[in-house]
Amino acid sequence: MILKLAWRNIWRNKRRTLITVASIFFAVLFSIFMNSFQKGAWVRMLDNVVNYYYGYAQIHQKGYWEEKTINNVLELNDELWQLPTQIDGLEQIIPRLETFALLSSGEHTSGMMIVGTNPNAEDRLTKLKSRLTEGTYFNQRDKVLLIAEGVKDLLKVSLGDTLIILTQGYHGVNAAGKYSIKGIVHFASPDLNKRMVYLPLEETQDLLGAPSMATSLALRLNDRDDLEDVIEQLQTQLDADKYEIMDWQSMLPDLVEAQKTDAAGNYIFLLVLYLIISFGIFGTILMMVKEREHEFGILLSIGMSRGLLAFSTWVEILLMALLGVILGMLAALPLVHYFKVNPIDFSEYGEMAESYEKWGFDPIFPTVMDASLFYSQAIIMAIITSLLALFAIWKIYKLKPVEAMRE
Amino acid sequence: MSLITTKGITKTYNPKKIPVHALRGIDLTIEEGEFTAIVGPSGSGKTTLLNIIGGLDRQTKGEIRVDGVNISDLSDNKLIDFRKNKIGFVFQSYNLIPVFTAAENIGFIMLLQKKTKNEINSRVMDLLKSVGIEEQKNKRPNEMSGGQQQRVAVARALASKPKFVLADEPTANLDSKSTADLLDIMENLNKNEGITFVFSTHDQRVIDRAHRVVTIEDGKVIEDERVG
Repeated sequence: MILKLAWRNIWRNKRRTLITVASIFFAVLFSIFMNSFQKGAWVRMLDNVVNYYYGYAQIHQKGYWEEKTINNVLELNDELWQLPTQIDGLEQIIPRLETFALLSSGEHTSGMMIVGTNPNAEDRLTKLKSRLTEGTYFNQRDKVLLIAEGVKDLLKVSLGDTLIILTQGYHGVNAAGKYSIKGIVHFASPDLNKRMVYLPLEETQDLLGAPSMATSLALRLNDRDDLEDVIEQLQTQLDADKYEIMDWQSMLPDLVEAQKTDAAGNYIFLLVLYLIISFGIFGTILMMVKEREHEFGILLSIGMSRGLLAFSTWVEILLMALLGVILGMLAALPLVHYFKVNPIDFSEYGEMAESYEKWGFDPIFPTVMDASLFYSQAIIMAIITSLLALFAIWKIYKLKPVEAMRE
Repeated sequence: MSLITTKGITKTYNPKKIPVHALRGIDLTIEEGEFTAIVGPSGSGKTTLLNIIGGLDRQTKGEIRVDGVNISDLSDNKLIDFRKNKIGFVFQSYNLIPVFTAAENIGFIMLLQKKTKNEINSRVMDLLKSVGIEEQKNKRPNEMSGGQQQRVAVARALASKPKFVLADEPTANLDSKSTADLLDIMENLNKNEGITFVFSTHDQRVIDRAHRVVTIEDGKVIEDERVG
């Protein structure tokens, strides 16, 4: 009966209710879409980062991240190779031996980043093979290079040409070698596109005089949501004095800051939106309480307790809000789904696309269909309306039936 | 046994600013089964006295006992509970809940008393019959005439099986026919079911049907006459 009373009361002033419900509807629709769009963009950006190079986490010799030299290498021992079988959620480790080197072809010489890696494992983590624009992918036993498109342009080389690598190896040994170019890969990030050169891991270890050694172990996870759990397990498993375990947040603090700034901007925007909506709802409550003072007096007179009357009024206000929330959610559902399937693509917009590509991101923005984005709106609106309903509840507790019935 | 006893009831509005003395020491006893009219000119204190007897307002001084309970001692919540179970109210302007049908208006108070659905339905039907508006049971107040609304109000007042019914100017907004019908209904309920009615009125048609007439003027009882 309380629910019936509340529901019927909502429709006593249809126009006012519809205006209030509509304002909540648009606020919910807009905030779900905004949040879903923002979250989608960041999930994609994160995937981009992982796909491009870093992985969700890495293991290094302690101190490597601070001082990235070839002498800060870790030994690929059984303890490390066994990790995927011992750590839940860890699918694979991808050892890399990374260093800077001079690459030369004819009269052209330039500093590049050499990445010695396992071709198959690297492809599974970063989909390197899919970035081939020319030539073929390399194998573990090959003595060949894959170079980025920008490197090709800088050194004026083409497929099949030979490049000379000159660098300093492990513990200061001279390292030099010549390798033919087997494939050309494209990186969206112009920075990576200008300096990435891949060699098979074993060949790199030979070149640098660092057998069975690596500068980093990139981790491939079953699911990105397992990250925290995997890191916790690794921290208990590995000697903290010997190894450092870093997640993508600690390797890419600028990205985390950018995400926080973006999120903060979004929160401020939503806060303003909800503030405006709150004033609208409060106006409705204010009018409702004034109009119904007489009726509240009657209900108290005939024996309805103040608590029950306050509860009924709260239900009424909440129902109105939930109506807006549910309609907003229902409208958001197809919208979010549409943009998930058909992401907004900025690649045609020159400057904007370029600025994203500089970070190594595709300028494509999908939405995400995440239940929490939807039910969080219901929770936010329930909290807002419950707080605003406190005014009506306060009025009910202060009400004197005789005076109210004179209204 | 006395159902209502007031001793030296006074009520002063704005006691600290410009005091208005609405009641100046009312001593009154109402027995079970009475059909009493409290009469007097406008501003004489009739409604104030009814509000205090009904626990809707508090007296400034004096003591009031209803069904043996000193209601002045009851907390706000207990007073609400007391009203729900012991007193039925009929107001001048009906004061029905606009979003409820006639049947729902009558049943609502029993719901507050936590009665079962069957009990509620059966009593609502009995009451609708006894006030002669079974046909209107699914109509909302704005779909009924003033007389029909006041009958619903009487039925609502009786729904909780109260010890007595307080009716504040119940016929003030009714035409002669509706007034006569309503008085018939209340008189029958008084006679056949022994329900105590206390009215405030200055309507001669009501006064003529009352068994006891208490006249108030300037907040004092000036005459208490048993008739009929």
